[in-house]
Amino acid sequence: MAMLEVENLSVNYGVIQAVKGVSFKINEGEIVTLIGANGAGKSTIVKTISGLLKPKDGQITYKGKSIVKEKAPQTVLDGISQVPEGRHIFSGLTVMENLQMGAFLQKNGSEVNKGYQEIFERFPILQKRKNQDAATLSGGEQQMLAIGRALMAKPKLLLLDEPSMGLSPLYIQEIFKIIKELNKKGTTILLIEQNAKQALSIADRGYVLATGKIELTGTGQELLANPEVQKVYFGG
Amino acid sequence: MQIVLQQIINALSLGSIYALLALGYSMVYGIIKLINFAHGDIYMLGAFCAYYVISLWHFNFIIALLTAMIVSALAGVVIEYFAYRPLRKSPRIAVLITAIGVSFLLENGMSYLVGSNARSFPQVMEQVNYNIGGIVISNIQILILATALILMVLLQVTIKKTKMGRAMRAVSVDPDAAELVGVNVNHTISFTFALGSALAGAGGILIGMYYNQIDPLMGMTPGIKAFVAAVLGGIGSVPGASLGGFLIGILETFFQSIGLSAYKDAVVYFVLIVILLFLPAGIFGKNTKEKV
Ligand SMILES: Nc1ncnc2c1ncn2[C@@H]1O[C@H](COP(=O)(O)OP(=O)(O)OP(=O)(O)O)[C@@H](O)[C@H]1O
Ligand SMILES: [Mg+2]
Repeated sequence: MAMLEVENLSVNYGVIQAVKGVSFKINEGEIVTLIGANGAGKSTIVKTISGLLKPKDGQITYKGKSIVKEKAPQTVLDGISQVPEGRHIFSGLTVMENLQMGAFLQKNGSEVNKGYQEIFERFPILQKRKNQDAATLSGGEQQMLAIGRALMAKPKLLLLDEPSMGLSPLYIQEIFKIIKELNKKGTTILLIEQNAKQALSIADRGYVLATGKIELTGTGQELLANPEVQKVYFGG
Repeated sequence: MQIVLQQIINALSLGSIYALLALGYSMVYGIIKLINFAHGDIYMLGAFCAYYVISLWHFNFIIALLTAMIVSALAGVVIEYFAYRPLRKSPRIAVLITAIGVSFLLENGMSYLVGSNARSFPQVMEQVNYNIGGIVISNIQILILATALILMVLLQVTIKKTKMGRAMRAVSVDPDAAELVGVNVNHTISFTFALGSALAGAGGILIGMYYNQIDPLMGMTPGIKAFVAAVLGGIGSVPGASLGGFLIGILETFFQSIGLSAYKDAVVYFVLIVILLFLPAGIFGKNTKEKV
């Protein structure tokens, strides 16, 4: 049984149909990527999974339970965390406070402390900047903070919305490496990317989205080799 | 010199009350970007609540203060729930007009219930004047200032050090991201209204003790002055609201002491115009960056 199953999902903003009958699934332990042009509806889909948006139609099932009516705090409790597009770290709060916010629903204090240690090991720069206003971090550091904040909730399924956006090539490599490591350690990942080549190369499976509909699907390798994908995403 | 010091003492007591009110404006604005025009009327409710529990049940100062704060906090939460929450997704102007409506409702509702006459505030304690080198300070003034300062420190600690305070700050910078880490945004907004309104209620009992007089319309002018104080300090900023409150208190007392009492309110409005023209972000305000 799939860990997350999205069936026939439609989401509207007023009269704008952003997502039109999308279905896909994610199995436990996979990295699944969703690629597509700007405005294809990728962010809308992850926001709907997280419970920030209500769909017009369709089903979302997580571990056998319908979560389509759940609000965001409940999906976090279920084990789904999102790193939103554009990072959305809390400016005015320190780096440490941002991580504390990530652990907002965690009850076990010693687990939380262990969590900080793990984050600091993975992202040593965050430890150095611990008491600094998060808004003063560089873009790449903010992305690491956003990932660290989401990890503080101990997610089983991590939704990453364009984690490489605006980063230099070296940082992009770093982010992809981290995604692979997290996955090895048991976190299932839904990765939204513009950077289709790299996303597909680390993904088990991928879906190509165009104007609110799934156009193509296959394993990462299949899609990388697909001439249509090559034409549209890798410039021919 | 003595006169100046004397006036400063007076200004600080009055300013601390404005500061308490300004804090509520600032917090509510910080979290839902609403200028809560009904805030001054919550302060009036706090004053009336204290009036009744002191004159009917002879509560002492601390208990009367706590009662006024709790009742005001409840009033704030209820108003937010029924009047503002249904409009969460509406244009801001709709909420603003609703706030003005709530303000009228409280003022006129209270006039209807208890009559519109001013009534004298019961004495909570015997007034004792201390004469220190020619400057007269009453125990009431000390009590007002001390209460206000303690509440401000408690508020600052709540906002900076507690989990709920962190959630408040997170919601005010990015409600969606706060939801994504599991914060219940509605509860956080209710909590903010409760805190802000409790401080207004405290301001209400203190102003009753300061002027010895209360009436259902007493919230109007101080409400606007506290709003100016919040803008002066930088709306959304807690230390800014405190500082703004004290500055407005000082300004008003100064104009009164040089014999221009009639203009003391006008001066405050003039300050508002000047800030809006030259320092729109206020003293502690940040120039908000547009988010990408
Ligand atoms: N709040 C909104 N109100 C109205 N329309 C919206 C809103 N958010 C998104 N849309 C529209 O919905 C469509 C899908 O948007 P979405 O953000 O999901 O795209 P995306 O695939 O994430 O694009 P990008 O790669 O640029 O992030 C777009 O046409 C967009 O204009
Ligand atoms: Mg997007």
